[in-house]
Amino acid sequence: MPSYVDPEKCDGCKGGDKTACMYICPNDLMVLNTEEMKAYNQEPDACWECYSCVKICPQGAIAVRGYDDFVPMGGQVVPLRSSDSIMWTIKFRNGNIKRFKFPIRTTAEGSANEYPGQKGDNLDDCKLFLEGELKSPTKLA
Amino acid sequence: MALPNKPRGEIAAVVNPEVVEHTCDVLIVGGGMSACGAAFEIKKWASDDLKIILCDKAAMERSGAVAQGLSAINTYIGENAIEDYVKMVRNDLMGVVREDLIYDLGRHVDESVKLFEEWGLPIWKKAEDGSNLDGAKPAATLREGGQPVRTGKWQIMINGESYKCIVAEPAKKALGEEAIIERVFIVKMLLDKNRPNTIAGAVGFSVRENKVHVFTCKTAMVACGGAVNIFRPRSTGEGKGRAWYPVWNAGSTYTMCAQVGATLTMMENRFTPARFKDGYGPVGAWFLLFKAKVQNGLGEFYAGSDAAKEELKKFMPYGASAVTPTCLRNHLMVNEFKAGRGPIYMATDVALNAFLDEKRAAGLDEKAVKKYWKHLESEAWEDFLDMSVGQAGLWAGANIEPEKVGSEIMPTEPYMLGSHSGCCGIWTSGPNEDWVPTVDGTRAHQYKWGYNRMTTVDGLFTAGDGVGASGHKFSSGSHTEGRIVAKEMVRYCRDNTYTTELAQSAQELADEIYAPVKRYHEFVGATTAADVNPNYCKPAGIMMRLMKATDEYGGGVATYYMTSGKLLGICMDLLEMLREDAAKMAAGDLHELMRAWENYHRIWCVEAHIRHIQFREESRYPGFYYRSDFPTVDDENWKCFVNSTYDPQAAEWKCEKVECINIIETEPWL
Repeated sequence: MPSYVDPEKCDGCKGGDKTACMYICPNDLMVLNTEEMKAYNQEPDACWECYSCVKICPQGAIAVRGYDDFVPMGGQVVPLRSSDSIMWTIKFRNGNIKRFKFPIRTTAEGSANEYPGQKGDNLDDCKLFLEGELKSPTKLA
Repeated sequence: MALPNKPRGEIAAVVNPEVVEHTCDVLIVGGGMSACGAAFEIKKWASDDLKIILCDKAAMERSGAVAQGLSAINTYIGENAIEDYVKMVRNDLMGVVREDLIYDLGRHVDESVKLFEEWGLPIWKKAEDGSNLDGAKPAATLREGGQPVRTGKWQIMINGESYKCIVAEPAKKALGEEAIIERVFIVKMLLDKNRPNTIAGAVGFSVRENKVHVFTCKTAMVACGGAVNIFRPRSTGEGKGRAWYPVWNAGSTYTMCAQVGATLTMMENRFTPARFKDGYGPVGAWFLLFKAKVQNGLGEFYAGSDAAKEELKKFMPYGASAVTPTCLRNHLMVNEFKAGRGPIYMATDVALNAFLDEKRAAGLDEKAVKKYWKHLESEAWEDFLDMSVGQAGLWAGANIEPEKVGSEIMPTEPYMLGSHSGCCGIWTSGPNEDWVPTVDGTRAHQYKWGYNRMTTVDGLFTAGDGVGASGHKFSSGSHTEGRIVAKEMVRYCRDNTYTTELAQSAQELADEIYAPVKRYHEFVGATTAADVNPNYCKPAGIMMRLMKATDEYGGGVATYYMTSGKLLGICMDLLEMLREDAAKMAAGDLHELMRAWENYHRIWCVEAHIRHIQFREESRYPGFYYRSDFPTVDDENWKCFVNSTYDPQAAEWKCEKVECINIIETEPWL
């Protein structure tokens, strides 16, 4: 199900430092053609359809078309992701539509506690940071 | 007139890249769950002057196997005994596992899950009335004693679309932006010039600019996932990308560690998950949460039949488990296909309607049933939308509504991994504690040699898919293993004061890394089409050639996973020529150079896989692969590890049997 880019909407992230889709694609597929200032998927048959590019595109310019070797045409799955939830619209080939909304995060973006400056106390035991006493196996062979 | 012959990608590769040299104490190779665990944990133990660098081939926010998200965390011990977790893993992987590593993981893993929740991952909870609350509803946290929604004994449900983003955030903050290098693909680990069997660095290249990066380090963790696109997939056109496991995992972990002499273990193991056909959507929630069953083409629920029970008795004690080992479930399914009783359906319609009937029987009126259905339908679709959107797309394209019609499931092409229901990987030390067995012999036979999860090479660690003979870690366990390694690497740096030195110069390394680029430029003018040239081959073709050889001779889907000594021998011959020809790969742009190096990694790791299957003269994992010349599980002769070690000096492989020691009681087996 390779991603594709709508040239009317793609603005090449305005030529900034970071082209969003190119930054995020785990498989290095999304690239920016700097002459046209448009992004595209350079290797559609290596696309995992992870939707990372679709979700991150600030222009909503990226969508997905089903793999042409097994998906009948006409269906579409469209995400709209905010900071705390995601709304999915599923359009079926026959025109039916379903919508689902799910939470994705319960804390503010950027607020995850990395426990800065805090240290563990004994480098020579097996306990990890924040862990109390560790178990050893019972019921031995 | 032919058009000018130019590379396809946007970032053309040049013959002489810039060489950048880095020196650090700790190098973390990879950016997935294990690497995020290591990045979070290491600063808790390292002094401020310890220099740490993390290199990710992609962007940590969405890299690794969890990039897309997940709908469940499959390892959370909670109220269970860790000993029972060991027993479950041992039985699922047909008896040959490292129980020390599994127990050790089990005693740490819940802490990682509690951290995920604290960082913002929504975890479903059980309400007082027994209904399921999504992870954003007010409820006690796991730390506060909140009850997660269990599907199986070990799995808990999450709203996991942003799982990786949430876990990467504190990892990146802990390490600091300046310590993280993204879009650099490490392709070789490097040994020390002076000390034998000691890691000293790594080399890789940027996929964004023409730069080769050479690292000198004291210790390194290699955690780059498993291996995908190593056997011909069922979809060979555009759908080739819809691999079940992340398509960017190229066996780099196994190859890079093996090439510097790290002993591998159980590389004969593979995973051929049964998944929804073509879309490869997950089946766990359907089996466990929705209690769905599988029907054959005749409409029979074959898995519970008397014939199936008789078949499972051939594989005792493993077949006796209430939860049949994954490979044996596949075995039963493969038998149906071979007998012509396909296709196999997940009876989603039967399962969902059973819930509705149950509500009606309990006295709910139709309005209440409809409301309940909305919730159930949402849960069913979220399972795909969280982690396998393409399956939802396939259902949308094919007008499939799961309450009306079942969907086909089918075993996929084989994958290699060590964190899911598979256990190939690298032989590592267990924790340095008394309950871990002491064994004489080389490290390839020992269970502990000082540093937990260190490979047999000094200073070289691995985690997640990298650690062999201990599957069922999944996302949470991989994070945990990265944390374990982080602390051990700091201890290694404290204990060892030697300085490392690379055996090769940075320029020699750069020339080797960029050899496919040089070849491209040397010969591209010889034809009018850049992809067809008698002087070189392209990465895309080499990958297809590899997958054809393994599929036809190494027990792929073409033969229902059947192979033999004769076929394996042919496969090895084909791979040898393939490896020779791979030295003639050409890359015109940086993306293609990445594909070239991924292929080097794939070929090596597949060779190890085939070599191990050749050595193990039995069929340990029926349903994952079969040897027609040794078709049974032979516990008497083969209830042992197969370990293999490549000697980088002599360029020779050694395969050996290694004793498998039970630590947890074997009576009762489960």
